[in-house]
Amino acid sequence: MSGRDSHHPNAPTDLEARALALESLLVEKGLLTSEAVDGVIRAFEQDIGPMRGARAVARAWVDPGFKRRLLAAPKAAFAEIGVTEHQVEELVVVENTPTVHNVIVCTLCSCYPWMVLGLPPTWYKSAPYRSRVVIEPRVVLREMGLEVESDIQVRVWDSSADIRYMVLPLRPDGTEDWNEDQLAALVTRDCMIGVARPAVPSAVA
Amino acid sequence: MSDVDRAIAGLEGLPRRNGELVFEAPWEGRVFGLVVALTKTPGFEWEDFRRLLIAEIARDPDADYYAKWLSAFERFVLERRVLTNEELESRKSEYASMARDAVI
Repeated sequence: MSGRDSHHPNAPTDLEARALALESLLVEKGLLTSEAVDGVIRAFEQDIGPMRGARAVARAWVDPGFKRRLLAAPKAAFAEIGVTEHQVEELVVVENTPTVHNVIVCTLCSCYPWMVLGLPPTWYKSAPYRSRVVIEPRVVLREMGLEVESDIQVRVWDSSADIRYMVLPLRPDGTEDWNEDQLAALVTRDCMIGVARPAVPSAVA
Repeated sequence: MSDVDRAIAGLEGLPRRNGELVFEAPWEGRVFGLVVALTKTPGFEWEDFRRLLIAEIARDPDADYYAKWLSAFERFVLERRVLTNEELESRKSEYASMARDAVI
C-alpha cells in the first residue's frame, strides 16, 4: 500500500511488535484496557512530555521573537528551551489565529510529535478519530467539547513519519498580566493537538 | 499514589530526566504502562514481576532498559498462563509482517 509507506516506511521493530502483541492480547482477554495503560503512563510521566510543548507555547506568547523562531525554525526554538532530541527536526508548528483553527491527526497510523507532547492518547490512535476528523472536523471537535465558530476556518494537518505537527494555540483573553509559568499551566496536550482551547479558570480570570 | 506506584517510582535504574520518568519511544511507555496496570490486579503481584525483571537484568545487563521490562513481562504473563507462547508469537508475527495495523 503506497499510502502506508509514507507513514511507516518499515514494519514495526521486533520490540514494538512484541509490545503490541502483549497489549492487544491482554485487552482482548479483558485483563486490562488501553485507557488504563494510558492513565498509568500519564500519571508517571507527570505530564513532562506535554510540558515541553506547553513551555514553548507560553514562551511564544510572551516573546514575539521566540514565536517567530518557533514557527520558522522549530528545532532551533526548542533547543533554546532545552529540547534537543533529533526527532524535533520533523516538527512543524501551525499557528491558530482569530480566523484559522488547526487540528492534527495521523490518518494512516499514529504519527505524533511525542518528543514535545508526550505519548499519544488512545483516542488519537482510534480509527474513528483518524478517519472522521478529516471528513467532518467541526463535528468531531464539537463532540470533543470544542465549538469552532462558523467564521473560523478549520485546517486539518495529516502527520507522517517525516512531518509531525503541533498547534500553537491563541493566547486566551484575560491573561495579559500572566507570566510564562502561569501561562504554561494553561496549555494542555489537547490544546496542542487542536481539540481544545486554553481556558482561563473563571475563578482566576 | 498506591503502594505499587510508590514501589515503582522508587525503582532504581528507571531512565529519568530531572527526576521524572522519560520514555525514549512510545513502545517503552506502553510496556511500562502495561506492567503497572496489570500489577494492580490481584494475582499479578508487582513483587513477582520485579523478581523476573531483576533476573532479566542479570541475564543481559547491556540490553536496552525497557527491552528487559518487555522480556520480563512476557515471562510474567506466560508463567501465569493468561497467554500461551503460541498466541504471543503468532500475534507478534501479524504485527511484524504488517498483516495487523501497528498503531503504537
